[in-house]
Amino acid sequence: MRSYLSKIVRANEFYLLLVIVVLSLIIQARSGQFFTANNLVDIANAMVVPGLFAVGAFMVLVSGGIDVSFPALASLAVYVTTRVLVDAGWGGGIWLPFLMAIAVGAVLGAFNGLFASRFAVPVLIITLGTASVFSGIMQGVLGSVQIPNIPAGMSEFGRATLFVAKNPQSGLTSNMPVSFLLLIAVVAIAFVVLRFTTFGRGIYALGGDESAASRAGFNVRRIKFWLYVAVGVIAAIAGLVRTSMMDQMHPTNLLGMELMVIAAVVLGGTAITGGTGTLTGAMLGTLLIVIVQNSMILVGIPTFWQGFALGVLIIVGTGISAVQLTRRNRKNSAALIQKGSA
Amino acid sequence: MLQKVTSLNPRLGLFRDQHVVRLAAILALLLIFFAIVKPKNFFGLATWQSMAIQFPEFGLMALGVMLAMVIGGIDLSVVGIANMTAIGSALLMLQIAPVGSDASTGYLALAAAIGLSLVIGALAGALNGILVAKVRIPAILVTLGTFELFTGIAVIVSGGKPTSGLPPQYAEVMASRLFGVIPMPLIIFIIGAVLVGLLMYKSAFGTKLYMLGSNETAAQFSGLKTTSLIIRTYMISGVLASLAGLVMLANYNSAKADYGSTYTLLAVLIVVLGGVNPNGGSGRLSGVILAVVVLQVLSSLLNTFPNISNFYRPLIWGGVLLLVIVVNQWGKNNNLARLFRWKGNAS
Amino acid sequence: MVEHVIAVRGVSKAFAGVQALDNVSLEIAPGEIHCLAGENGSGKSTLIKVISGVHAPDAGTVELGGEQLAKLSPRAAIAGGVQVIYQDFSLFPNLSVLENLALPAEVSAGRTFVNWRRMRSVAAAALAKIDVDIDLDARVGSLSVAQKQLVAISRALMSDAKLIIMDEPTTALTKREVSALFEIILGLKARGIATLFVSHKLEEVFEISEKFTIIRNGKHVITCLPEELDHKKFSYFMTGREFDESRFTPEISAAGPVLEVSALTSAGAFEGVDLALRPGEILGITGLLGSGRTELALALFGAYGIDSGEIKIDGAPVTFDGVRSAIAHGIGYVPEDRLTEGLALERSIGSNIVIAEIDAFVKAGALDHKRVAAEAQRWIDELRIATPNAENAVSTLSGGNQQRVVLAKWLATQPRVLILNGPTVGVDIGSKHDIHRVLRELAATGLAVIIISDDIPEVLQNCNRVLVMNAGRIMRELDPATTTDAELAALMSADVAPRQEEG
Repeated sequence: MRSYLSKIVRANEFYLLLVIVVLSLIIQARSGQFFTANNLVDIANAMVVPGLFAVGAFMVLVSGGIDVSFPALASLAVYVTTRVLVDAGWGGGIWLPFLMAIAVGAVLGAFNGLFASRFAVPVLIITLGTASVFSGIMQGVLGSVQIPNIPAGMSEFGRATLFVAKNPQSGLTSNMPVSFLLLIAVVAIAFVVLRFTTFGRGIYALGGDESAASRAGFNVRRIKFWLYVAVGVIAAIAGLVRTSMMDQMHPTNLLGMELMVIAAVVLGGTAITGGTGTLTGAMLGTLLIVIVQNSMILVGIPTFWQGFALGVLIIVGTGISAVQLTRRNRKNSAALIQKGSA
Repeated sequence: MLQKVTSLNPRLGLFRDQHVVRLAAILALLLIFFAIVKPKNFFGLATWQSMAIQFPEFGLMALGVMLAMVIGGIDLSVVGIANMTAIGSALLMLQIAPVGSDASTGYLALAAAIGLSLVIGALAGALNGILVAKVRIPAILVTLGTFELFTGIAVIVSGGKPTSGLPPQYAEVMASRLFGVIPMPLIIFIIGAVLVGLLMYKSAFGTKLYMLGSNETAAQFSGLKTTSLIIRTYMISGVLASLAGLVMLANYNSAKADYGSTYTLLAVLIVVLGGVNPNGGSGRLSGVILAVVVLQVLSSLLNTFPNISNFYRPLIWGGVLLLVIVVNQWGKNNNLARLFRWKGNAS
Repeated sequence: MVEHVIAVRGVSKAFAGVQALDNVSLEIAPGEIHCLAGENGSGKSTLIKVISGVHAPDAGTVELGGEQLAKLSPRAAIAGGVQVIYQDFSLFPNLSVLENLALPAEVSAGRTFVNWRRMRSVAAAALAKIDVDIDLDARVGSLSVAQKQLVAISRALMSDAKLIIMDEPTTALTKREVSALFEIILGLKARGIATLFVSHKLEEVFEISEKFTIIRNGKHVITCLPEELDHKKFSYFMTGREFDESRFTPEISAAGPVLEVSALTSAGAFEGVDLALRPGEILGITGLLGSGRTELALALFGAYGIDSGEIKIDGAPVTFDGVRSAIAHGIGYVPEDRLTEGLALERSIGSNIVIAEIDAFVKAGALDHKRVAAEAQRWIDELRIATPNAENAVSTLSGGNQQRVVLAKWLATQPRVLILNGPTVGVDIGSKHDIHRVLRELAATGLAVIIISDDIPEVLQNCNRVLVMNAGRIMRELDPATTTDAELAALMSADVAPRQEEG
C-alpha cells in the first residue's frame, strides 16, 4: 500500500499546481500585481467560459476522441437562441434562454453523437466536418450578424455579480460574476457523473478498451451518443455565458477557442489516447493557460505574444509527458513505436 | 471480403482503385451539371483561370497533409506555416526593395523571398517532424501546437497587421501566364504535384512512406530510418505549405497572420475525400488531386449563384466530408441498416 | 438433475459460404475439466462463440443447464453461467482492479449510480473466492500477466458461473503460476464449476484435463481421455496428416563461429548470456514468456539496449546502435508477432518482401519497378507463397503464407544469421512443417539459424542445440537427441529466484 502522500507527489496534478504557484510567484515578483484581489477575481472571471468548455473537451478525450466542434456548436446554439428570443421580444428571465440554448445544444450534440458512435473514423475528422456544418448553418443559412441588444434576462445574468473586489492601491475593481457558480456547478455535476454513475465509468471504460467495454456489458454506442449530447449541452451553456457577459451576440467570437481548450485539458494530464485523466487536472490546466494569457499584460509582454506563448506551452507541456513515456521505455526501442503516434 | 489492392506500380493500380474511379465520376457529373446550368460561365476561359489561381492555395497544403496522413500522422499546422512564410518573405522583399525601388532590385527581392520562404517552410516542417519522431508527441498535438506557434510568430513579426506594399515585380511574375493561358499558381501546383508524385511512386522514399504508415514497428524492424523518414515527410509538407503561402501572398497582394483560416479543415477534407486512410498506410495522389478539383469546381459553381453567400461554403464542405464518411462506410459493409442499431461498436 | 452444464448437439455454422462448423457436438459435465483443441481456423473459436451466445448456429441445438435453447443470446449465456476469459482478458488497463471486477456487475444490474463501497466489498469478495491477494486499487495495466489472469478469473466467477472457458491460459505463466492456476481450477471443480480450455498445444493443460475434444475444419474429430493421446496422435487428429518427425542433424562446417556472444547483460531482461553459433547450425533458445528470450533476440538484432557484454561477428567485436547496423552485419530477424512487428498488412506482398533491401533497387534516384517485381516473384516462387498476384495486399494471405512473406523479406537481404522469434506461432501445422523444412534447407546452405520458441516439439525437432532460458539466464544447454519433451518443459518452468515481472 502506498502512502497517501507519495500518491499525491506522484500525481500529475501536483506538478501542475507547482508550476502554477511558481508562475504566480514570478508574475507577482515582476509586477507586484498578481496577488491582488481584483486580479484574482479577473482570473476567476476569465476561467468561466474556457473552464466550461474544458469539462466537455475533457470527457471526450477520456472516451478516446478529440472534439473540435464545440465552439461552433456553442455559437450556433446561442445564436439561434438569441435571434429567436430577440425577434420574439422576450423580456422575461434567464431561464428561457438557458432552456433553449441547452435544447439546441443537445440536438447539435446528438448530431455529433450519431456520427461518432457509428463510424470508425477518428472523431477529430468527424468534428472538423460537423464544426464546419455548424458554422456554415449559422453564417450561411441563418446569415448571422452581430446582435447588439440581447434579451434583458441575458444582460442581467451577464452583469449579475457575486461580489466586487477592489485593489486598494490602484483603486481598480473587478466583479465576480454569478456565472462562476455555474462553472462550479457544472464541474461538480460532471465530477459526480464521471465518478458515481455507470455512464461516467463507462466513458473511462471505453477510453481504456472499447471492445472490453462492450464485452463487459456497456452499450458503447449509447454511451458515446449521450456523451456528445452532454458535451453539446455544456458547450451551449458556455456559449450563453459568454454572450451574456459580453452583453451582445458576436457570432464568431468563440470560434478558434478549441485549440486552447484542448491544450489546457492535455496539459492537465489527460491522455490523448483516452482512458486516463482527472477533472482536477483539466481545471488546473485551464487555470494555467488563463493565467498565462491574463498576466502577459501584467508583466509587460505585448498581447500579440499570446499565440506564441500558447504554442510553446502546448509543445512543452505535451513534450514533457511524451519524454517521460520515452524514458520509461528507453531500453526497448521497439516498444516505443506504437502505431498511430507518427 | 473485398480484395484490397495496393500497388508498387501506380499505373497498374490506378484503374483498379474504386475510390479514384468514383471521384472521377463525381467530377464528370459535376462538370456536366455546371455546363448545363451555367453554360456561360462554364465555357468562359476566365472561370477556369480564376479557379486555377485559387485552388493552388489549399491544394498545395492538401498535398502536405496527404503525405503526413500517409505515414499515419496529420499536419494541422500548414496554414500557420503558409502565413508565417508569406509574412517573412513579404518583410524581406520590403527590406530589399522598399516602395520605389527599381525593377532589378525588385526581381532580386523576389528571388530572395522565394528562397527564404522555402527555407522557413522546411525548418518549420523539420520542427514538426522532430517533435513527432524524436520527442514522440502525437502528431495531432504537435501540429495543433505549432499552428499556434507559427501563427504566433507571424503575429509578432507583423504586429498583427497586414503586410503589404510588395514590389510590383512579385505581382507581375505571379500573375504571368504560361503561353498566355496557364496562370503561375497553377504551374506551381503542377510542379508541386509532379514532384510529390515522383517521390511517392518513382522513388524508394514513397514505398518506405507507405510501409511506415502501415506499420511503423515493421518498418523499423525492416531497417528503415523511421525517424529521418518522418522528419523528411513533415519537411516536405512544410515546403509545400510555404509554396501555398507564396501563392496566397500573390493572390491577396499582402500577407496576414490569419489569412486562409478555413484551409486547415479544407485540406483535411480534401485528403479524406481523396481516399487517404486517416490511420495511415494507404491513399493515392490521384485521388487527392481529383478531390481538390472537385471542391474547386463545386465552389466556383456556387460563386455563379449570387444569392448564395460565401458563408455556405463551410456548410457544403463539412456536409461533403460527412457524406464521404457515410458513403465509405456503406461501401465497406454494404449495409447501412446496421448503422442505425443501438447495439455494437463503431464498426 | 442434469448431467451436463452445457450440451452442444450437431451444431453447424457458415460464414459467407464458408462452413466454420459442421455438425459438431460437445458435452461438458459439472466440474469437468475439458480441453477443446484445434488448429487456427479449425472452428474452435466459432464454437466458443456459439456457446457464449455471440453466434447463433445455423443448425443444431445448444442445451444449457438442461434447457434446450433455439437461440442463445450473450446475456442468456451469461445468465446460464457461461463465462469466457479471452486471451487478452478483456480487462481495462486504465482502471483499478476494483473497477475491473465490480463494474460489469453494476452494468448488468442496470444501475445508474455506482456505489464505491459496495463495489469494493464485491471486488474483495470476488478475489477472496479464489483466495488471492491483489491490491484492489492497483491499476490493471501495472499488473503481471498472471495477476491479470487471476483478476479475469475472479471476474468470471462473480456471476454464479457454471462453466469457465479459458483461451490458452498457461502460455505466459511460470511453473509456480501454472500450479497456482491449476489449484484454483481444481477448487472450482470441487464446487461443481466446469472448465473448458481452448488450446492448440498438447502439453499446455495436459496434466489437468480430464477429457479432450479435437476439431478440424469445423468437424468433430474425436473426444477422448488424455491417456489416449500422445504428440503424434494429437498432431494427426489436429491436421489429419502424418508428419515426418525426424530430428535435425546439421552439417556443421569446419568454419569458426559466425556469431559469438559473451557475458551479454541487459539489466532487468537477461544477464551473462554466452553463446556461439556456427554456419549451418540451428540453435534453439527456449523459455517461458518473460524469461528474457525475446529481449535477447531483440538485443542480437540491435533493437534492445545492452548494458555489458560483447557480440562478435566472424570473430570481430561489433556494436549495434540500432537495427540498421545489425542488418548491415548480416543479421535478419523474424519477429514474434508478424502482425504488429513484421508486416504492413495493407501494402502489397511485393513491397513487403523487398522493403528491407529496397535501396538496392534504386537507380539514379528512381525505383526500378521491374527489378522489384522480379525479385518479389522470385521469392514468391521460392517459398511457394500462395497468391495469384504480388500486387495483392498481404492481408489477403493466410497466416502461414504471411509468415513466409516475412521470411522472404529476410532471406532477400542474404543474411548470415537469421533469428526467428516464434516462427510458427499462429501458423497451421501444414505451413509449420513447410517453414521447418525451409529452415533446415537454409541451414544446409550454411546459414546460421536461431529459433526462439516455447513450442517444445518445435525446438527439439529442428535444432541441433537448445539453450533453456529462465529468469533472464541461460540455465542449461541441451542436446535435443537425448532430451524428452517433459524434461525440457520442467526446465523451462522451474522456479528460480523470483524476478520482477514487467510492469
